[in-house]
Amino acid sequence: MMEKIRMLDLENVTMQFGGVVAVDSLSMHVDNGEIVALIGPNGAGKTTAFNVITGVYTPTNGRVSFKDKVIAESYPNGKMKRMYAGAHNGEYKKLITTSPDRIAYLGVARTFQNIRLFKNMTVLENVLVAHHMRMKNNLLTSTLHLTGAEEKRVCEESIALLNLLGLGDVINENAASLPYGKQRYLEIARALATDPELLLLDEPAAGMNPQETIELSRFILKIREQFGLTILLIEHHMNLVMDISDRIYVLDFGKQIAEGTPAEIQKNPVVIAAYLGEDEEE
Amino acid sequence: MFQTIFPYLLTGISVGGQYALIAIGYTMVYGILRLINFAHGDVFMVAGILMVYIVASGAPLYVSIPVVLILTALIGFVIERVAYKPLRSAPRMSIMISAIGVSYTLQNLVLYITGGLNQFYPKIPFISDSVTIFGATTKMVTVITPILTIVLVVALVLLINHTKIGMAMRAVSKDFETSQLMGIKINNVISVTFVIGSFLAGVGSILYFSNYTTVIQTSGAMPGLKAFVAAVFGGIGSIPGAVVGAFIIGICESIIKGLDVILMKAGLTKQMLGLATFSDAFTFALLIVILIAKPTGLFGEKITDKV
Amino acid sequence: MTIIRKKKADAATWISIGIVALIYVAVFVAEQLLPPTHMLFTVLKKGATYALVAVSMNLLNGFTGLFSLGQAGFMLVGAYTYAILTIPVAQRPAVYQYFDGGLVQFTMPVIPALICAGLIAAIFAFLIGLPVLRLKSDYLAIATLGFAEIIRAVFQWKNIGALTNGSNLLRAFPTFEDFNIRAADGTVKLYLSTLVPFLIAGVCIGLIVLLLHSSHGRAFMAIRDDEIAAEAMGINLSRHKQMAFCTSSFFAGIGGAMLAMYTASVQAKSFTSAMTYEILLIVVIGGIGSVTGSCISSFLFVACSEWWLRFLDQKQMIGDFEVPLLRNGFRLVVFSVIIMIVVLFFRQGIMGTRELPDLFRKHPKKAKAAKGGKA
Repeated sequence: MMEKIRMLDLENVTMQFGGVVAVDSLSMHVDNGEIVALIGPNGAGKTTAFNVITGVYTPTNGRVSFKDKVIAESYPNGKMKRMYAGAHNGEYKKLITTSPDRIAYLGVARTFQNIRLFKNMTVLENVLVAHHMRMKNNLLTSTLHLTGAEEKRVCEESIALLNLLGLGDVINENAASLPYGKQRYLEIARALATDPELLLLDEPAAGMNPQETIELSRFILKIREQFGLTILLIEHHMNLVMDISDRIYVLDFGKQIAEGTPAEIQKNPVVIAAYLGEDEEE
Repeated sequence: MFQTIFPYLLTGISVGGQYALIAIGYTMVYGILRLINFAHGDVFMVAGILMVYIVASGAPLYVSIPVVLILTALIGFVIERVAYKPLRSAPRMSIMISAIGVSYTLQNLVLYITGGLNQFYPKIPFISDSVTIFGATTKMVTVITPILTIVLVVALVLLINHTKIGMAMRAVSKDFETSQLMGIKINNVISVTFVIGSFLAGVGSILYFSNYTTVIQTSGAMPGLKAFVAAVFGGIGSIPGAVVGAFIIGICESIIKGLDVILMKAGLTKQMLGLATFSDAFTFALLIVILIAKPTGLFGEKITDKV
Repeated sequence: MTIIRKKKADAATWISIGIVALIYVAVFVAEQLLPPTHMLFTVLKKGATYALVAVSMNLLNGFTGLFSLGQAGFMLVGAYTYAILTIPVAQRPAVYQYFDGGLVQFTMPVIPALICAGLIAAIFAFLIGLPVLRLKSDYLAIATLGFAEIIRAVFQWKNIGALTNGSNLLRAFPTFEDFNIRAADGTVKLYLSTLVPFLIAGVCIGLIVLLLHSSHGRAFMAIRDDEIAAEAMGINLSRHKQMAFCTSSFFAGIGGAMLAMYTASVQAKSFTSAMTYEILLIVVIGGIGSVTGSCISSFLFVACSEWWLRFLDQKQMIGDFEVPLLRNGFRLVVFSVIIMIVVLFFRQGIMGTRELPDLFRKHPKKAKAAKGGKA
């Protein structure tokens, strides 16, 4: 077995917008090589949690670490001092924020729930953009194309990646013109091209039929092997979640209500009552 | 000291009031359409030109003033219908470009009609008269402007808070799509907004040009930009904000124009520094400072992006 | 557009390169044959200048999605830098007659001065960009417009007149005419006064095109398409926006210097926001997001305003019939109407987001995208 590394660690993370507590004292962790799922009814705060992890939002309170490096830490300040409605107030003393691009550079990549491709660019260009941050060029060398070898390597890698994801025949198509399912794969390709260690997938199977969902499950397992990834995913397709996850966190109204292996979660009465019982997901 | 500053202060308040009347048009349109109506300053200028031509045609003032105001309101209405309405679903950049196009068109149209010559603004009895307050001689318009501005703003606020159309305007500015779903006739609301904005710009133009005496096709650009800055300064979308911002900018600008004289009389400097050059620049410096320090302005609401 | 296509340099690319080369040859030949006072050359010189400025603006507005209206301000900086650096020392006392011959007492050759013009404009842009690039769309537009106005005011301030000549003209610096090669007796042996601006603009636009096709160019376009996704892909927004802003201003500065060469004099007063609007409209007519479009529309715009539509400004008689409406200023009215029609009904402009080579490809994929894309 490989050595266990704590890839992602959330400690009492609270995210409050005005009076609304979207994520309430969430503590969770993801170890290397794991596939962890974050599930819960709509509006439970799953995507907000993703946005906190990737630096889009600064948490109102709590701490987020990636590989033992604190990437975000905060306590209620400013207006929030008065309005704060979460717990663990006063436990955190520092204000640390990391910008989304920095977090991507550290090795956290993500996809978006509502697909956010670069619509006016081709499929290949979408992937090439993701390579940009790791390229050793500057404005001048890049303009004058002095780093041809690197350009060529990146280009070949991108094409290989697109082939792997079954997008090899559409590399010069416009991203927006792809069918929905392929757009989801392109988002994953783009995320993989940033060379991540931790991949966050936000509802990767949304809009897919059962057959496609099964293929996606296999695909996620495959890329975990091939790229040595750790994966955190949000998903409503329970089959996919139960199939591939090592552990599951269940969120409801921003709070974590359960944690465990798929088998444990399926049996957990709290989850059944609060989530499976109420929600009309398949 | 007071004797030196007072005339500038007085002018500042007056100019501020005129800016306020223009700024309301910007702020209302932005509140509803999220559009910087670049053509608004030119509507203000066109109102001035209309006055020149209507008075020159021999119409008495009690006819020409209402006619000018009505025509200006109508121009605002037409501009919205022709240049902005077709772009309702287009990206914001397109609408802004259309606004710039309208501004360009209005200026060129006036250039064509006037031949690019300064037009002398008609003297309006009473408001063009001289008056002396606390030893400072000024035109009556200086005194009338702030009073009239306040009266109109109060009327407008009452309209917005206590009438049906006002309620619709507030709803539309909060949420465009939802108010549409609630059965509000968006296009009517937007038209009313433009009519009110242009009407106020018309009033502002009468006051402004009575003071400055000439109109030319580019006359609207600077006051327009400054009024816009005032609107941003006060928090775009907020009417009281626009008014407060306009007065602050008017006063600052006027004092900077006189700063050389003030400093010399106060014995702080020995020669003219030519600081008046910076009266326009100051306005923009203020804009940039406010945008960076508090992008939503003095009274603006915070808008957060959704991911 | 993509690397793949470019590496292969398909037939369409070669045809395009051929067309551009032909245009240059045609310009050169025309210049030797036609009288130098022909309107064509006015159009070509000013058109080349505007093409560069329009493309530089397109780099920001069309390719990086930053709606900036500061172009005239950066052109002003470029024009002044060029003029200040190149006025011959002997001429300085006459030019700076109110400021004891001015502060700068050396003269630079044209090309280094052009580069300085770009660099100084880029430095101004860098400083301005630090605060304003954090602003979103329309706020950015108004803030950059504001900065252009501030620059204009500052350059006219008499206390720095020793450098800028205050509100007076700067003149006597080398213009396009000085590129003509003359014999000892002063007669022109070889006319280059149109070809040189074409070459300067061509090199600059070529660099911009290379940039757009590079890794950084893709990053700019990613920011335009989706800032949040771009950031999630590790693109540092502020740094890349700053880069695009400075690069655009660099070329706008060179464009400003070219404008100074074209007009043979510089005065801060003339770099108004109306100039920025004009350039923006050129970009829109050409197609936001198309370099080719910006170039074509620059020449069309200049040709219409300086040449083809001139007749609208004069009384015209058809037999005994005097055509109504035609008098000074009518040209601009017609012009405005055309622009409004383009803005309202042909939002793609001439080219949409297509480039010259796309016209020769059988399946112009970009064209499809253009319809759904931003206008």
